[in-house]
Amino acid sequence: VSDDPAIRTAALEALLVEKELLSTDAIDAIVEHYESDLGPQHGARVVARAWVDPDFRDRLLADGTAAVQELGIGGAELNTLVAVENTAEVHNLVVCTLCSCYPWPLLGLPPRWFKEPAYRARAVAEPRSVLREFGVELPQGTAIRVWDSTSEVRYLVVPRRPPDSDGASEEELAARVTRDAMVGTALL
Amino acid sequence: VTDPPRANGELVFEAPWESRAFGIAMALRERGVLDYERFRAALIDRLGDGEADYYCGWQDALERVLVESGVVSAGELERARAESHDSARRSNHRH
Repeated sequence: VSDDPAIRTAALEALLVEKELLSTDAIDAIVEHYESDLGPQHGARVVARAWVDPDFRDRLLADGTAAVQELGIGGAELNTLVAVENTAEVHNLVVCTLCSCYPWPLLGLPPRWFKEPAYRARAVAEPRSVLREFGVELPQGTAIRVWDSTSEVRYLVVPRRPPDSDGASEEELAARVTRDAMVGTALL
Repeated sequence: VTDPPRANGELVFEAPWESRAFGIAMALRERGVLDYERFRAALIDRLGDGEADYYCGWQDALERVLVESGVVSAGELERARAESHDSARRSNHRH
């Protein structure tokens, strides 16, 4: 029997369809939903709103789950959302050391590196080196806080607003927010 | 409408089978066939075992939980694999 994962996956799908537990269309629809409907554009809207609306920022930092619900964002993977804000003093970095817990409704599916054993182990042990490999050089005086996601708690990094963005509209600001910045592996 | 963060995203799935493995688990979860917390624990086990490929670990964990909870049997899985292997070979010979 083959160990080719493509054959194993096709076999499981065929078996479940045969047992009428699933349809191929249902799987297609779910994959399409996760690939297209969810994504970092939703997290970017949240960050841009926090930048332009100090009251919203305060609500977001106090209760992330409730604040993003105001923007119509929620779902199974967001039972408890904790938003953490980058400042000149503190930089936040998110990891899931055990597997790949990630705020899907805000950021979509996690990138491959987020799931790699190397990132999962090293983000905690040597975050400054990991960040350097992502091209992020922080001043020595900036503390790094690492947040370990769990099945209960997911994190969103609120990056620092780009210095040259005065006068930009909320929508223009959202366009500048990247996925990696919301995980903490990039600056804007 | 701005939608640019997607532009700096990378491919989520590197091969079609990875997206199928993902979709099967999520569809079973939605239907209440898969106990997702149990699956997550099995995935954590598998990745902790040193399985380096994430979706191979995913597939292993999914099969393990489905067999343990009686949704499919190991024998059924083996038969389905043999069939899927044969049909993949046939389609390789078609072109």
